[in-house]
This record gives sequence, structure tokens and C-alpha cells, in this order.
Amino acid sequence: MSGMTVSDLIPELALLVGSVVVLISALFLPRRLQPMNAALALLTVVIAVVAAASLPASLKSGFQGSAMHPWQHLSFSGTYAIDSFAIAAKVIVLSVTALVIALSVDWFRSDPRQGEYYALLLMSALGAITLAGAADMMEMVLAMLLSSATGYVLVAFHRKSRRSAEAAIKYYLLGALTNGAMLYGVALFFGLSGTTVFSDMAAPLRLAGALPLVAAWSLVVVGLAFKIGAVPAHAWLPDVADGAPAPVAAFVTVAPKVGALIVLARFVSVLPEDGAGWRVVIAAVAALTMTLGNIAALWQDDIRRLLGWSAVSQTGYALMAIVALGRSSLALPALIYFLAAYALGNVGAFAVVVALRGRAKRERYAGLARSHPWLAAALTVCFLSFVGIPPLAGFAGKLTLFGATIDAGYTWLAVLAVLNSVLSLAYYARFLGPIYFDEAPEQSGASMDRTAAGVAIVSAAALVGLGLGTDIVFSALANSVLLR
Amino acid sequence: MITVTLFLPLLGALLLVVLPLRGERSLRVAAGLVALAPLVLLMVVWSRFKGTGTFEQIESAPWIPTLGASYMVGVDGLSLALAAMTALLFFAAIIYPVDWRGKPKAYFALFLFLETASLGVFLSLDLLLFYVFWDLSLVGMYFLIGVWGHGEAARRSALKFFLYTLAGSLVMLLGVLSLYLSTAPHTFDMRHLIATRPLDGTGLAATLTFSGFALAFAIKAPLVPFHTWLPPAHVDAPAPASTILAGVLLKMGTYGFVRILLQMMPQTFSRLALPVAILALVSVVYGALVALAQQNVKRRIAYTSVNHMGYAILGIAAAAAILPGLGGGFTQTRSLALTGATVEMVAHGLITGALFLMTGSLWRRADTYEISELGGLARRAPIFTGLAAVAAFASLGLPGLAGFVAEFQIFVGGFPVYPWLIALALLGLIITAALFLNLLQRVFLGPLPERWQEFRDLDRGEIVSLAMLIAFVVVIGVAPGWLLAVIDSFVRPLVTR
Repeated sequence: MSGMTVSDLIPELALLVGSVVVLISALFLPRRLQPMNAALALLTVVIAVVAAASLPASLKSGFQGSAMHPWQHLSFSGTYAIDSFAIAAKVIVLSVTALVIALSVDWFRSDPRQGEYYALLLMSALGAITLAGAADMMEMVLAMLLSSATGYVLVAFHRKSRRSAEAAIKYYLLGALTNGAMLYGVALFFGLSGTTVFSDMAAPLRLAGALPLVAAWSLVVVGLAFKIGAVPAHAWLPDVADGAPAPVAAFVTVAPKVGALIVLARFVSVLPEDGAGWRVVIAAVAALTMTLGNIAALWQDDIRRLLGWSAVSQTGYALMAIVALGRSSLALPALIYFLAAYALGNVGAFAVVVALRGRAKRERYAGLARSHPWLAAALTVCFLSFVGIPPLAGFAGKLTLFGATIDAGYTWLAVLAVLNSVLSLAYYARFLGPIYFDEAPEQSGASMDRTAAGVAIVSAAALVGLGLGTDIVFSALANSVLLR
Repeated sequence: MITVTLFLPLLGALLLVVLPLRGERSLRVAAGLVALAPLVLLMVVWSRFKGTGTFEQIESAPWIPTLGASYMVGVDGLSLALAAMTALLFFAAIIYPVDWRGKPKAYFALFLFLETASLGVFLSLDLLLFYVFWDLSLVGMYFLIGVWGHGEAARRSALKFFLYTLAGSLVMLLGVLSLYLSTAPHTFDMRHLIATRPLDGTGLAATLTFSGFALAFAIKAPLVPFHTWLPPAHVDAPAPASTILAGVLLKMGTYGFVRILLQMMPQTFSRLALPVAILALVSVVYGALVALAQQNVKRRIAYTSVNHMGYAILGIAAAAAILPGLGGGFTQTRSLALTGATVEMVAHGLITGALFLMTGSLWRRADTYEISELGGLARRAPIFTGLAAVAAFASLGLPGLAGFVAEFQIFVGGFPVYPWLIALALLGLIITAALFLNLLQRVFLGPLPERWQEFRDLDRGEIVSLAMLIAFVVVIGVAPGWLLAVIDSFVRPLVTR
């Protein structure tokens, strides 16, 4: 419990060191060599992801945990969790970061400040993975702020673009407000329990009065709702998806969400089951989020706004796992699997946009199946995975989420999610229709970003592979517990 | 063997995409050869079939052991009959000439992909695997209708089809999960679910689960009032796709009624059999009446599907209505009703499949489906007329053809259970007879309009496809023993259990 091994933090340290190295090299490299920074950043991420994935193996030999979970433990005086879910989230976030770096190479090729971009991206990834491991209120706040502050700058990176700036302002204002609310909630928790460490909070909270407890957790949930794009703090998502540089949009719609959902799970599992009423509220938030996101997406004629709203609805589905937390053993593995599928689908879809040099309007996708068959196929796979068509990964994600929700006694929420899935097909098909059934109006001259096209195809292939190899994830997470 | 049968078309589809084959002719030959393979393989499976009353020739492999899902395929009398019909119909439909719109490669690849999905629905013995194939069939059909359908309208029809049936299949997914969660340890194994029936009886959970499944299957079959996706999808699809839609995809609904509802939740079904039977009766009568009113050949045939699937579900509901031990002495009638329903599935697939292929021939030559614009074609196209007449007579239930064998058994078996419903369902027979005779008369007889003077008769490729289907229609009508034996091996243990 009180172990304080630096080796627990190799992925985090790698990102930190890597981002500093990138920052320094950005200062000193001549402009024509600036793209080297992308390679450095990619190397950093690869090191971090390998370190994260090999943590269980390296810990098995050294650390003496409990008999059930030989290597999972709380590190740094109980403030940082090293468990399967944190590691899985790290692997997802870092893989996304690697793909986003590949997307950025061409997009930012002519940008003289690109070195700083990669440094910020690494810092933002660090914030997201720290969120996933946070087992302490202050740790959570720290990670939130790191992830948010870097996020604002990344979104505004095209500083001469008005849309980029507008999106960043909106992102920032909403973020400042909700992060402030969260800080207030954290203060209340400290007052109620006398500690900020999750593992020590559970017992005193059972004695806390209902009203202050509800106020405290509501404020924290609002802060986390901003990160994951849930109602009532979802409004930034479509604007950021639309206005931010496309690779950044791919990143901020996914990475912080993964980390924040894991810390949300850790946080609610500290709350007392009875009296606090969090489960019902999260269920309502999930219901509102998925429905609102889907209905708003129905009329979008811009693929980036569409992806923004669909990201909102996907958050709604993911929250079903939080609702089922502790009542169904399927809940957390389902969440991880669903997030992996969602991350691949979103990055893949944005990769198609990047490959087409930011093409976004629906009518310009007409005849894509003829002009760019592979991109069309990749986009189709991503969309059908979002809908939940087997054997793509999105299917098993939804299947297990629905199963966990029914198991937890929230059948109505599963029914609503089903209705929403049908609805979602309507707007995805609004894009698929022209892509396959229409002829291209004229040959568009813009060349294709081949690296981004590669990312799109790799993501789509991974969705198929993950869908067929569902068991790899579920058997790896079968006997894991969420530490807190 | 079954695994090979199942995945050969998919493999063929991938090969078609990858290999540098060009030209409609060579692609058609290649796709036809690939589609012939499952047919031959299923004949081998049929010859090895012992009829033990349980699933045979099972092949399995671990898939998601953590969740209790596995890859498992096998056959019993029901799935063997339907899978064989599916393979036959796909072979006939794939080689059938149609306007490929300059994309023959994608067309044949998609068709073969759809064949794997369709066979998979009937051959799966794992509920999750079943669901996977079920959904994949929607995707394949969506693109077939959208890309190769008739004009602007096809896109809307394709979307309507996709949305409507996806709604059904997701509701079914909830049912699947509900069954899954009622087992301990959790499993999707259909054999286990049939043997133990973990969620059967009168409880709320059982009723809700039954309703979810029934809704999904009612959309797919389709039963009135869940049929509204069907007419536009059928009319706007290219003819071979209409054939598969009517012949194979609709059967998935009736198959589900038997395999899941009748076998896994018989007590719940027996309690809810009457509402299902009433919906089926409405489909029989309403489908026939609306078909009679249609002035578009394809629409008219499409609505007869609603009518025929109504018969099949009426038979299934009659077989479900009484449990052995409660009703006593009804074993014989239940067995007749269920056998009739199963034969109806096979017969309707072959007959309506052939009819829809013929509408494709009509479209290629006349570019219209309007009955009023046609007439007197018998003079120019005697072979076409002859085959169409046999198919139409089979569809209206003429003795000596496959449709009669099915419907006769449904009526005889269902009468002791639901005398009034069956009596009313006979109305459907009369209306269907009227609408088909009217169709034959107005399209093929009478004076030949000036513009059809150059109407060509069927070409060799078309004749091969159609003759194959019609031959089976006649054989099943005259000597159905070989088919009934296989179906009986499934029905008998079920009704006496």
C-alpha cells in the first residue's frame, strides 16, 4: 500500500522526459528538420506504451501484492493505482497518441511551430494517462488541469483560423467553469472525510450527511462530465471537433475521455451505495447524453460536426458501464473494450478527414467509393462499428455494455441505448449513401495524405481484428478489480 | 465440412476482389462456380445426415470463452432444409443476368458475402454467432439495394430496409442478452438453451424477452403491421437481390420463431400463441387483398410474400399452442402444422425466388413493371410464359406443386387448434388464386401491344436458373418424401418432447 517505487511510473516519466526533449529540439533544430520532432515524439510514445504494457510482467517478479492480484497495487502512499484498468487505459491513450502523431506529420508540415505541438501533445497524453491511474482527489485535479490546459492550446493551434480560436475559447470557458466546480467539490470532500486519498475516504463518507455528500459528488461529476463530453458539459465537443486542427480533434475527443471515465469509475466506487443516489443520476446523464448526441447528429452535413456529436452519444453509452459498476462483473471490462473500439473508430474516421485534406461537407463525399475505395471502406468500417454491427469491435463493446446494464437492473437504459443505436444508423447512413450510391461530381485536384490514409486503414483493420479477437481483452481483464 | 460450406463464399468474395478478373462474363462464371460449391457440399452434408433428432455434424472452436460464446455450427432437419434451399437460391440468383451498372466485381463479391451471412444464420448453433450473421445479412442487402437498385428511390428503400430491420435485430439483441443472462454459467450455446430452457414460463422477464424476439422476427418475416419496409425494398432492389430478400432473408424471421421461440421458450409461446396466430391471419388476408390491388408486377408478388409468411407463422403458432400433456392427442396435428410451416418456408423460397427472378427478365426487356403496359407476351415468349405459369400456380397452391404440400398440412394441422382462424385463412387462398390468374392473364395473354413485337424469350442463362428452381417446386409437389423425412426428423422429437 505504501510502496513508492519509481519504476511504477516509467510510462509517465517517459512522456515527461520525451516532451522536454522534443521542446528543446524544437528550439534548436533548423526549420527543415522540424519534422524530426514527430519522430522523437513517436519514439517517446512507443517507449511509454511498451513500458505500460510490460508493467504487469515486471511487477510480478518484484512486488508482493495480495494473493489474488499479485502485481496490482496502490503506489505512492495510496494515491496512484497500478491495476489492469489503468494500464489498459494507458495503452489505449498512448496508441491513440501514436496514431495522432502519424496524422499530424503532413497536416503540420509547413507549420514552423510544429515542435511545440508535439511537446504539448505528449504533455496532454500524460495528463490523460495520469487521470486513469489517479486514486486521490488532488492527483485527479492535477491530471485534469494538465490535460485541460494543454488541450486548450492544442485546439487553438491554428492561431490564425477563426474557427480554431472560437472552438478554443468555448472549450476554455466551459473547462474553466467546470474545473472550478470540481475544485469546489474536492474541497467539500476534504471537509467531509478529512482526506483526499480515495482508499481512506470510503469509511468517513459513510457517516457523512446526505446533502453535503450529494453536493460534493455532483460538483466532481460536473468536472468529469466536461472531460468526457457528457450532458450538461458537452457543448464544446462539436465545436472542437469542427474547429480544432483535425488531428487535434481526433485526440481531444478520445484521449481525455478514456482517462476521465476510468477515474470516474474509481471515484464513484468510493461513494456509499445507499443514500447518495449517484447511480440513478449517472443513468439519467447517460440517457440524456446518448439521446441528445444522436438527435443533434441527425442533421449534420459536416462530417466533423457529425463526429463531434456522435462522440457525445458514444459517451452516453460508455456511462452505462459506470451505472452498472459493482453490480455486474462485466461492467469494467466492457468499458475498456468499448473505449478501445470507440478510440479506434474515432481516430480512423478523423484520419479519413485528414487524408482528404480536411474535406468535411457531405456533398463532397459523393462517389468516394469510386475515387478512394480504401478510404471509403475504412470510413464505412468505423461508422458501422459505431452503430454496433458485428463482427466489428463496436459490436462486442455495445453487447457487453448492454449486458452489464441489464444485469445491473437498468433494462430501461439498455432499451434506450438500443433505440439510440437505430437512430445513429440514420445519420451515419446519410454519409454512407452518397459515398456508395452517388457518382463523384468532378475530380477533386487535392492530393491524398498517404500517411493519414494508412492510419485510417490500420484503424479499420484493428476494428475488425479487435472484433474477432474479443476474447483477448476480456480474458486479460477477467479477474481484475478496480483499485481505490 | 459445414465450416467450409459456410466460409467458401466469403473466401470467394475476397478472391474476386483481389484477383485481376475483369469483364462481366468471366466474373459471372467465377462467382457461379464459387456459389455452386456450397450447394454441392450441402448435398454431401444431406447425404450424411442421419436424422437423429438432435444437431449433427457439429463443428466448433473457442471464440470468446470468457463470455461463453463459441464458434459452433451444425445441422438438424430444419436448418439443413433451409440451408440447402438458401444455397440453391443463391446459385440461381448469382448466375442470373442483371444490369451490373459497370461494377460487376463489387456486385458478385457482395452477393457471395451475403451468401455466407445467410447460410450462417441457419447453421449457427451459438446465439451470438447467429446474431453476427443476422446483422451481416442486413449490411450486404443494404448495399445491394442501394447500389444496384432502380434509381433514386432505391436509396430510400435501402435505408428504410436497413433502419427497420436493424431496429428489429437490436431488439432481438436485448432478447439474446436476456436469455444469456438467465443461464448459469452464462453461455450463448443454443443447444444448452434448448435443452434447459432457462427462461420459460409466465414470468415478466420471459414475457418481455419473448415479445422482443417476436417483434424482431415479425419485422423480418414480415407480419402485418411490421411489413412496411418490404414493398419498397422488394420493388427497388435488383431482381436477384429481391429473390434473396424474399427467399432467404424473410425465412430468417420464421426460422427464429421456430428455433428460438418454439424451442427455447415453448411455454411462453403456448400462452402467447393466439395473438401471434391472429397477427399471422391478418397478414394472410391483408397481404392477399393488398396484393390484389397492386398494378405493379413486383409489388404484387412482394405482397404475396406477406400472405405466404402469414401461413407459415400461423402453422408455427398452431404447433406452439398446446403443450404435450396438456392438450393430449394433439401430437399428430401439431406435427402436421409445424411440418407444413417448414415446407412453406422452403416452398416459398423456391417459388417466390423464381417469380422475382422473372421480374428481372421482364425489366431487362421491357423496362417496366406496370401490368397495364404489358400483355400478350405468350406469343413472343412461350418459355417465359410456361415457367411463369408453373411458378404462379405453385404460389397459389395448386395440388401437385410445392405450395400445396405446405399449405395443406398447415390447414389440416392447424384446424383442430384454431378452427376459426384457419377457416378465415382459406380466404387468402381464394384471393391469391384470383390475383395470380389475373396477373398471368394480363401479362401473357390477350393482344400483343405494338411495342412488344420484338420481345425476346428467355435466354439460356435465365432458363437454367429458373428451370432448376421450378424443377424442385415440381419434385417437392409430386414426391416430397425425401424432404419430409428430413423435416420430420426435426419435428417429431419437438412435438413429443
